[in-house]
Amino acid sequence: MIELRDVSKIYKIGEERVRALDHANLHVYPHEFVSVIGPSGSGKSTLMNIIGCLDTADDGQYLLEGTPIEDYTENELAQIRSRKIGFVFQSFNLIPKLSAEENVELPLIYQKVRKNERMKRVHEALERVGLENRAKHQPTELSGGQQQRVAIARALVTRPSLILADEPTGNLDSHTSREILGILRELHNQGNTIVLITHDNDIARQAKRIVHILDGKLTEVTG
Amino acid sequence: MMALKMALRSIGANKMRAGLTMLGIIIGVLALVVLVSLVNSTTDSITSEVSSLGSSLLTVLVKDDHGSPLKLDNLQSWIDENPAIAAISPYASSNSTGKYGQENAGFSLTGVTGDYLEINGQKLVQGRYINLADVRNSSRVCVLDETSAKDLIGFVDCIGEEVSFDGVKYKVIGVIEAEDSIASFFSSSLNAYIPYSSLVRLSTSTGTAITTLYAGPADGYTVAQAEESLKELLLDRFDDDEDAFRISSVNIIEEAMNKVSSALTVLLGSIAAISLIVGGIGIMNIMLVTVTERTREIGIRKAIGASHRTILVQFLIEAVMLCMMGCALGIFFSWAILQIVSIITIDTSLSFHLQGNVVLWSVIFCFVIGLVFGLYPANKAAKMKPIDALHYGG
Repeated sequence: MIELRDVSKIYKIGEERVRALDHANLHVYPHEFVSVIGPSGSGKSTLMNIIGCLDTADDGQYLLEGTPIEDYTENELAQIRSRKIGFVFQSFNLIPKLSAEENVELPLIYQKVRKNERMKRVHEALERVGLENRAKHQPTELSGGQQQRVAIARALVTRPSLILADEPTGNLDSHTSREILGILRELHNQGNTIVLITHDNDIARQAKRIVHILDGKLTEVTG
Repeated sequence: MMALKMALRSIGANKMRAGLTMLGIIIGVLALVVLVSLVNSTTDSITSEVSSLGSSLLTVLVKDDHGSPLKLDNLQSWIDENPAIAAISPYASSNSTGKYGQENAGFSLTGVTGDYLEINGQKLVQGRYINLADVRNSSRVCVLDETSAKDLIGFVDCIGEEVSFDGVKYKVIGVIEAEDSIASFFSSSLNAYIPYSSLVRLSTSTGTAITTLYAGPADGYTVAQAEESLKELLLDRFDDDEDAFRISSVNIIEEAMNKVSSALTVLLGSIAAISLIVGGIGIMNIMLVTVTERTREIGIRKAIGASHRTILVQFLIEAVMLCMMGCALGIFFSWAILQIVSIITIDTSLSFHLQGNVVLWSVIFCFVIGLVFGLYPANKAAKMKPIDALHYGG
């Protein structure tokens, strides 16, 4: 499913070269639920950007469903993101002017799915996160938990190979956090591959498998 | 469709800003449409005025008669011998004081022959016009126009009344329609027409030698043909000296008018176009601000699969739509202003209306401006890297 082989990413900050990822190796199998845990500055975000095809590695190889992701143009990366990856962000990242429904619909518009099919899939996705009765609401009219559920529906709607959740509960209270994690677990049970990135041990433990990241190096924590 | 809806919504989200941005375009379109429409309408009116003076009018000025001045008899024989020329009349005018009873008025006395009525496109409303016998006998008869009759005599139905010019009594034989021309608007004196031969006797400045004459072509002949034939006669008369006389036709005046009109249109059009370009720069400015403000939104859109092209098109549509909305408002306001101007000037012979081709041009121009000035901001948005954009402002 996901295979990182000796992946390195180096940022230049002034004269200094920062190795955000240092020969990282990771293998995620289909239908797995993996947590990546690490403190801030450990290279979590860089890992997520590379797995999510928002950025490419400087060194090493990344295979997504057997396809090597390297030297792709911006547009090709956009296509891969559009079809294979569903993002859930810490700050929800919904578009404020669009209703819940329209936010969920957006990735399908970019995939040029037909209107009827779009509406069907949007309603399915909203139903799965229990928000079918909030479809017409603007993000500002929804609570944090509800906004994150809309974001999850948006990630789901394209039926991606991988759901990539970056601190999905970082902005939520513990009660709603549990709710969101419940939804993610449920999605995993339904057969989705999920990579959850967090700095919180309790949340990381929700996954079957935990990977630790520190100073750009990955180590397996068996759970 | 979806892209249009999105663009509309983001414009609607910031109505005040959109309105102010559009103002530049609105004013530009307003300037373009109103100025060009005004120029075109005015020159149209003037041109039709000029052609109503006698659309087939030829004017001859004799500058050097080479010792054989033109006489009235010559003119008559020209008509008889040349099928292309149907009417010909000498023309001379002199200022004089007209007197009727106790009333006095400044007059412009015009000495002509019977053909002048037809050549100049005048219409009789009372009595008859000057005829051949009047000219031959230097009769003391005159034709007034309606305005002069009303002003001096007090009523239009004044056939048989006697008016004296410089102390000589003239009988009114006819009244013609008042001239509603621009020339008459500027002149304060009244108009009377008398036989050319009578004017020769009355005025010291007018001699028997004819220096100005008007001619009109016969049915079935063009002005150019009549002009050609007249030129031959004059060359024959004045020893083949082309500089001895000048023939001008209304067509030349019309052509000149058209040239002036198109020059003015181009001039005013380009001034207005500059203000449209300034408006376009305003649009570019605001679009750049919008792109920066929506960096995060762009990042989100890119993360969930929007391509370079999708983002580019989205912002381009927004810029073009801003321009087109401004354009539509500008055209509407132009229409309103022209309506108001038309109402104000309803008494004059000028009429103002929206010129279709100017509207079309301003629509095309606005579209192009939207595209050109939208391209840079839209490209800036489309080029953003999704990670940078996502992390912008937290």
